[in-house]
Amino acid sequence: MDLKEKLVSSFLAFENEGKLDLNSNTHAARLEAIKSFEGNGFPSKAIEDWKYTSLKPLLKHDYCLFPTTKSPVGFKNIRKYLLNDIETYTLVFVDGKFSSFLSTTTHDDCDVCVLSSALNRPKYKMVVDNYFNKIANKNESISQLNTAFTIEGAFINVPKNTIVPKPVQIIYFSTGSEKEVLLQPRNLVVVGENSHVQIIERHQNLSEEVTLTNSVTEIFANKRAVVDYYKIQNDTKNSSLIDGTYVSQKMQSVASVNTFSFGGKLTRNNLEFYQEGEGISSHLNGITILNDKQHVDNTTLVNHKFPNCESFELYKGIYSDKSTGVFNGKVIVKHNAQKTNAFQQNNNILMDDGATINSKPQLEIFADDVKCSHGCTIGQLDETALFYMQSRGIPKKEARALLLYAFGNDVVEKIKIPQLKTKIANFIADKLKVDLGFTL
Amino acid sequence: MLKVNNLHASINDKEILKGINLEIKPGEVHAIMGPNGSGKSTLSAVIAGKEEYVVTEGNVVLDGKDLSGLAPEERAHKGIFLSFQYPVEIPGVTVTNFIKTAINETRKANGLEELAAKDMLKLIREKSDLLEIDRKFLSRSLNEGFSGGEKKRNEIFQMAMLEPKLAILDETDSGLDIDALKVVAKGVNKLKSANNAVVVITHYQRLLDYIVPDFVHVLYNGKIVKSGGKELAFELEEKGYDWLK
Repeated sequence: MDLKEKLVSSFLAFENEGKLDLNSNTHAARLEAIKSFEGNGFPSKAIEDWKYTSLKPLLKHDYCLFPTTKSPVGFKNIRKYLLNDIETYTLVFVDGKFSSFLSTTTHDDCDVCVLSSALNRPKYKMVVDNYFNKIANKNESISQLNTAFTIEGAFINVPKNTIVPKPVQIIYFSTGSEKEVLLQPRNLVVVGENSHVQIIERHQNLSEEVTLTNSVTEIFANKRAVVDYYKIQNDTKNSSLIDGTYVSQKMQSVASVNTFSFGGKLTRNNLEFYQEGEGISSHLNGITILNDKQHVDNTTLVNHKFPNCESFELYKGIYSDKSTGVFNGKVIVKHNAQKTNAFQQNNNILMDDGATINSKPQLEIFADDVKCSHGCTIGQLDETALFYMQSRGIPKKEARALLLYAFGNDVVEKIKIPQLKTKIANFIADKLKVDLGFTL
Repeated sequence: MLKVNNLHASINDKEILKGINLEIKPGEVHAIMGPNGSGKSTLSAVIAGKEEYVVTEGNVVLDGKDLSGLAPEERAHKGIFLSFQYPVEIPGVTVTNFIKTAINETRKANGLEELAAKDMLKLIREKSDLLEIDRKFLSRSLNEGFSGGEKKRNEIFQMAMLEPKLAILDETDSGLDIDALKVVAKGVNKLKSANNAVVVITHYQRLLDYIVPDFVHVLYNGKIVKSGGKELAFELEEKGYDWLK
């Protein structure tokens, strides 16, 4: 039985055993989604947006769909994966299940809790009905699969006029309780008018076993809301991640999604921004640093539908060994979206002959009074710059690292949480195997 | 201090240097002049150890030690400094951080402890005062958006910080107006001592009004065709290079 059949045939049992409410709108969404997945299956390279990323090698595994944790996870096992030097709300999931013991939730000024309780409690029915599965792309089969098996994840609900005082950390751990595990977390983030929240998301395999995570996050930024979302992708070599993050913005809101991809076997990020009002600002930033045979695909969409909005997209990539990268940046400016200011940039450095980047800017502009620019570069490390640094006594290895670090620096500079900025800078130094001796 | 012995060097199998001999003693200033394509920049790059050049014959000796096979950074650690004609821009790395890294790597290579932050700061203050450099300049990204004059001043600032035995200034005057030229020359003169030496590579005699050489060498077609005192520079200015060919 192949993976698709296995998933489809597990659906009934999943809903029954999960004691899910079969009269809810969520049930209807699941049902529709599994039908859609059954019809379309996993995306293949025949689909334009999946041309450079093949899921085939991931699909041959016999994944356990509903793992149970065998060895308990304590704080000491996970400490190093958390941002510890600042106060945060923390949502920790182990093998797909929420760990209240390792988490710090709140219901005071806002709700930082789990999606399962939001789906089941009458109190949240309206929020769920208004927002759940409203922005996730229904043409994306892999996201439909996630919707079908939605049961757990983070739920962040910020009422209007609220500044969430601490960043929220969402971390999904897998423990290798089975040889091959498929996890499908689902996050819902709703940010009210004039409210502000910062969120950090991470997926981490604590074992050497095979893990595939198919995650979907929906983010709603209401009028004048500010949302900063950070994704840390630095997983082990047997872990793969398919991420669908869908952002819907109302007028004058500001949203950023920052993706830091340093690890894992295969990572696919589908990131889509939909602007639903005037005066919106959308920011998409990313740094990808890969080696060995790692693969990262950043496929992004910014959909400008209203006038006087802006979007800024900046992705940088450094590829060594036989790693491969994909940048697929689509920007749509609809007829109505006059005075749009859309900026896109993708810069890449290939360190070795075997490394590959496929970069594809795709601008579809239907309005006539707009400012749109895009730029893409693929190059090697500047030999003259290396010689310059060496001639000042900086050894080649350090000179190389310093240049690469400088290359990614403008993305790092955009991180608004200082402790996270330091952590990311350290990841980069680690990944480049140097001690820079200072933080930039 | 530095001895260049019958140096032959080529790039992509094309011979550029065809037997250079040069001796530089502590406290001396040498000027190397010559028309375009005579090998001036190649000579400085080969002394500094640029890897694209292949030395086919002869060698470069610093304080009795053959530099053959040493990487550029190892030569820098031994006290060779090359000021670039076109200094490289490195966005995201401040002047201060760059020079800190350079100094500490050099100290490490010479078996010294890294300089404490406080001492580093003191040194930076001292040298920037000496060269009349605005401190704001030091927190800018290295050479990024610098004017031609700022780039060259930054080179001299780095030279002041690294205190090399032998400084090679490759076309430091190119792209500078006369005021900027004076500032840079003043800096070089302040750093000159009985223990170090300077090699000035230039097209024109102009810079030599401000950095006065003890010796002038004319490079032509990969060889030194004439050497003399500072008056040779005036002669070249007047007559051009043709009479030497």
